[in-house]
Amino acid sequence: MAHRVVIVGGGAAGIQTALELKSRGIEPIIVERDIELGGKARGWHKLFPLFTPAKDIIDPLIARLREERIRCFYGQEVTEIASDGVVLRSGERIPGDAVVVATGFTLFDAHRKQEYGYGLYDNVITSVDLERMMNSGRVVLTDGSEPRRIAFLHCVGSRDEKVDQKHCSKVCCITGVKQAIEIKQMFPDADVFNFYMDIRMYGPGYEELYRSAQQDYNIHFIRGRISEAAETINKRIQIKAEDTLTGRPLRMTVDMLVLLVGMSANYENKNLAQSAGIPLAPNGYFRTQDSFLGSVTCEREGIFFAGAATAPKSLADTLAEASLTASAVCNYIKVKYTK
Amino acid sequence: MKRTSWQEYQKDIAADKYYYARSCIRQNFFPGSEKAFLDILSKDLGVDIFDDPLHTSCTGIGYHSDVVPLETIMTVVARQFALMAEAGYENFVSSCITSFGIYNEILNTWEEFPETEERTRKYLKEATGRELVKPRTIAHTSDIMFYHRHEIARRAKHRLINALTGEPLRVVEHIGCHYAKIFPKSGIGGSEFPYVLAGMIESWGGNVVDYPERRHCCGFGFRNYLVQANRGSSIANSHKKLESMSPYKPDFIVANCPGCTMFLDKWQYAIAEMDGTTYGADGKGIPVLTYEEMAGLVLGYDPWELGMQFHQVDVEPLLNKMGIEYEPEAKYLGKGGKYIGRPAPAAVNCEEARHIYEIRR
Repeated sequence: MAHRVVIVGGGAAGIQTALELKSRGIEPIIVERDIELGGKARGWHKLFPLFTPAKDIIDPLIARLREERIRCFYGQEVTEIASDGVVLRSGERIPGDAVVVATGFTLFDAHRKQEYGYGLYDNVITSVDLERMMNSGRVVLTDGSEPRRIAFLHCVGSRDEKVDQKHCSKVCCITGVKQAIEIKQMFPDADVFNFYMDIRMYGPGYEELYRSAQQDYNIHFIRGRISEAAETINKRIQIKAEDTLTGRPLRMTVDMLVLLVGMSANYENKNLAQSAGIPLAPNGYFRTQDSFLGSVTCEREGIFFAGAATAPKSLADTLAEASLTASAVCNYIKVKYTK
Repeated sequence: MKRTSWQEYQKDIAADKYYYARSCIRQNFFPGSEKAFLDILSKDLGVDIFDDPLHTSCTGIGYHSDVVPLETIMTVVARQFALMAEAGYENFVSSCITSFGIYNEILNTWEEFPETEERTRKYLKEATGRELVKPRTIAHTSDIMFYHRHEIARRAKHRLINALTGEPLRVVEHIGCHYAKIFPKSGIGGSEFPYVLAGMIESWGGNVVDYPERRHCCGFGFRNYLVQANRGSSIANSHKKLESMSPYKPDFIVANCPGCTMFLDKWQYAIAEMDGTTYGADGKGIPVLTYEEMAGLVLGYDPWELGMQFHQVDVEPLLNKMGIEYEPEAKYLGKGGKYIGRPAPAAVNCEEARHIYEIRR
């Protein structure tokens, strides 16, 4: 009989781990909190840096999962984890020979940065809202007109001690560049501004895309965080910032303000970690054994991690790590059950 | 506007038994407002508020002007708190926004750096023989008015409604920087969307105007006006706000800081004299009120008893809109019917102005 591994989370990390385990003769079981698989990538429009449609990645993963007849629990929240299984909110226990935590992240709630007026002002949206708009094929202001002047604000809920989010979310910089280019492709005559404090282009092709945004699309990058946004009488957004390269305050009015929201640790991490007796990092993510040879394991044997449960990661990094996790789980089971 | 977040950051405000610390500036600019506050609380609402003749200035103006050292102001503040405790109170109420900021700053400093509190205790004991007892709650007078706003609404003789059209009055609320920008949690609603004045306006029937420069400083800032060379910066700030709010045609402005109330009022006169611009919908000025004056009008107080003749911009258009009866001739009569003098009319006043300097030409 095949060994069984319980995977908590049915996003990209959970699915990829499940597929890899299955290919190695292990029976994976996915427990997903939502009623659908795919996680945050589901509903995303295009992926950086090559503008790959997100559904071209997620849909085949889910299709393969179904072909492999991998068992999934939907709409089930895991409340306790241990190395020999998990407990659901209903009290039901799902046993396993190992557990993979692939619970991902929570999008930073832009309402918390009150000074930007998200939820108050009609044309202040988040990067997630913009992806949904682009998916629907219609990016418009609330009055139905096309935006002609758009500002993107980087690091909303990242590297910000005021909202206790000290970490960098890694993906927002390149997302801001990608979305700015998409906006320019949609509205070539529009003025697009990206307000940033640092541009962190760490991945392959990212720096090139950043350069292209400036040279080929004439997107303006202004080094300075927006201090506040306010709505004008005609529903435009007045923003204030300091251009820290020229050292001068700046005030401008735009039609749309896009907040590039970061990744936060899941609120539930605390209870899950407590149930398993494993530590969290100071930023609320699960703490791995180390950053080098133990990046998918923790202090407790039989519990593994995949994806953004341990830190902000891109989809590409998440998928690569899921394969590593599957490999680590296989080794663990092999060693444990051949003793 | 969706403003639910304006109600976040509620703080602990005592219901009764207040120790009152007056404001140096308000006693000079708007003496009627401090009296109205005491009258509304003690006579209308029947709560216990103690106006202690022993307390002094907090020395905030000197502190912000680098004249009074930190150790001195800490000792002065400690004395105020000691007086409060000696009088049998534990809920400290500050009438001035600057003082409110200072009380919070010093209480927080004592918490963060306990050695400064110990030092202050020693200085206070040596200088006055008194013991420092920290207050249980600390509130600004606008917090107290906010707390009792529903009771005031129940007793209202007038509402913030245009008596002719039945429409809610459009009210610009301006919050003093030292109310919540230093310590967001010290203010109702926090620093981004303070609810302290908005809550009063809504409870009494008015509509709050949200305009792009709502958060901007009025320009009062001590270094702006104490240093004559910086006064251009002061008026530029008020100008920016007035330009920004003007398209919304506000019926009046209400502020909870003595400096803001004065500068938003008097700079309107200066701007009119400088370039002939006025911001009121009627071609005159936009009246600027204290929250006690707003509450007083709602409760049916006589506008001249409230001291509203002290404002640069005439308030009569607002009184007419609210359907408030008043005696025009009594405006410049002081205590016992004594004539207190009448300023020359300016561009922001109801009467025809005689002098406007066309500097721009």
